[in-house]
Amino acid sequence: MGWIILIVVIAILAIWYVSSYNGLVKTRTYVQESWSQIDVQLKRRNDLIPNLVSTTKGYANYEQGTLKKVVELRNQLTAVPADDHQKTMEVSNELSTTLRSLFALSENYPDLKANTQFTNLMEELTNTENKIAYSRQLYNSSVASMTVKIQSFPSNIVAKIHNFQGSEYLQVPEEEKTTPKVNFDDFK
Amino acid sequence: MLYEQIASNKRRTWVVMFGFGLLVLALGAALGDVFWANWVSGTVIAAVVAVVYMAIMISQSTNVVMSMNHAKEITSVDQAPQLWHMIEDMAMVGKVPMPRVFIINDPSPNAFATGNDPEHAAVAVTTGIMDRLDREELEGVIGHEISHVRNYDIRLQTIALALSAAIGLLVSFANNWFWWGGSRRRSDDRDSGGNVIGIVISILLIILAPLAASIAQMALSRNREYLADASSVELTRNPQGLINALRKIDDSQPMQAADPNSSALYIGDPFKNKKKMGDLFATHPPIADRIARLEKM
Repeated sequence: MGWIILIVVIAILAIWYVSSYNGLVKTRTYVQESWSQIDVQLKRRNDLIPNLVSTTKGYANYEQGTLKKVVELRNQLTAVPADDHQKTMEVSNELSTTLRSLFALSENYPDLKANTQFTNLMEELTNTENKIAYSRQLYNSSVASMTVKIQSFPSNIVAKIHNFQGSEYLQVPEEEKTTPKVNFDDFK
Repeated sequence: MLYEQIASNKRRTWVVMFGFGLLVLALGAALGDVFWANWVSGTVIAAVVAVVYMAIMISQSTNVVMSMNHAKEITSVDQAPQLWHMIEDMAMVGKVPMPRVFIINDPSPNAFATGNDPEHAAVAVTTGIMDRLDREELEGVIGHEISHVRNYDIRLQTIALALSAAIGLLVSFANNWFWWGGSRRRSDDRDSGGNVIGIVISILLIILAPLAASIAQMALSRNREYLADASSVELTRNPQGLINALRKIDDSQPMQAADPNSSALYIGDPFKNKKKMGDLFATHPPIADRIARLEKM
């Protein structure tokens, strides 16, 4: 009788251990996946910027200073080591801000705005910018759920044994920081 | 919260199907009693028709709803890049697969989502909404639709729509027979007293059925709109976009292309029913209330 109880207890512990471990692996994969989503968009934007330069080439006086800064930031971004997520996002955020001001300035160039190649490119760039922002949102929410798993009892024991490290949240640019508080209490 | 909502929607879908099933059977029984003095055959025919119809509707729901609302599918990003990109973004952040995309040629701004589950979902928008709303506003609307997809509102609403349309079909069928076929038979055996009661019940059912269907549809939709608005803000983090979008949707002419049975699916009432008395039967909560809730965020 005693043996059976012992075996049952060991089996339960083993099942718990395996499932916590798998849960941790899953959340870590989500974090990695959501980073690669950001990465895809960053690369895409890096590919689009040379097009922006060549499309606006004919418009000699088109915001040369801002455009130059965009190209510089792009080159800086490609130079950042691939595993330094914080630094990557820092440069990327600065690039986003510069691009946004470039978009705003394009209002002053009616003939440029009439160029379909330019408007298509603007749509592509805006799309990439939005996707970067949304994948960062996803990344941060998967980091949050991983942090909960690593820190809460009892899954923190498994996390410690297998040395699971939490990831850092990605910084959100100042102008996007005003997060509205969504309250679902009214719907219960 | 989301999981509770999904579970409750799935449960309600079964309740609605069961309830509508009973209603259809009762209707069939009543009609059978009037026309053939035999409620059993009426029930059997109604059951067969209901099952066949439900099977077709459930497997074809998206296409049927879309063609009822004169929506045309677009299959590549080039046909409407902005719209396509926005739906892509919202599907990504809402963690659902990319739905099919449809466009309704109508100058009134509106949008809806349909389908059986997030893997087989579709989003439709009017040309009016693409013309009048800017990117942030339209993103709020798409976020609202993706929220309906994500929490299985679309399954419940699409099935309710299919079933209420079925009852409508049955009733109009009965109405025709009542005038053409029924009168002949009635004169044949006017002496049977039981038939009079049968006729009264049938008339009641014929009147009640559409009412029951429309009330059921209304019960499905009102609170859901508030919830989808809140979930949309959770996705976009931008309540102002949706607020402005709702204002523009409210401040516009009624839709021409919308199907009356589908009106509960739309983000804003497509027919702009402004009657005060209609408040109880309205499919949509007042836009002012929705904006007030969004402004509190």
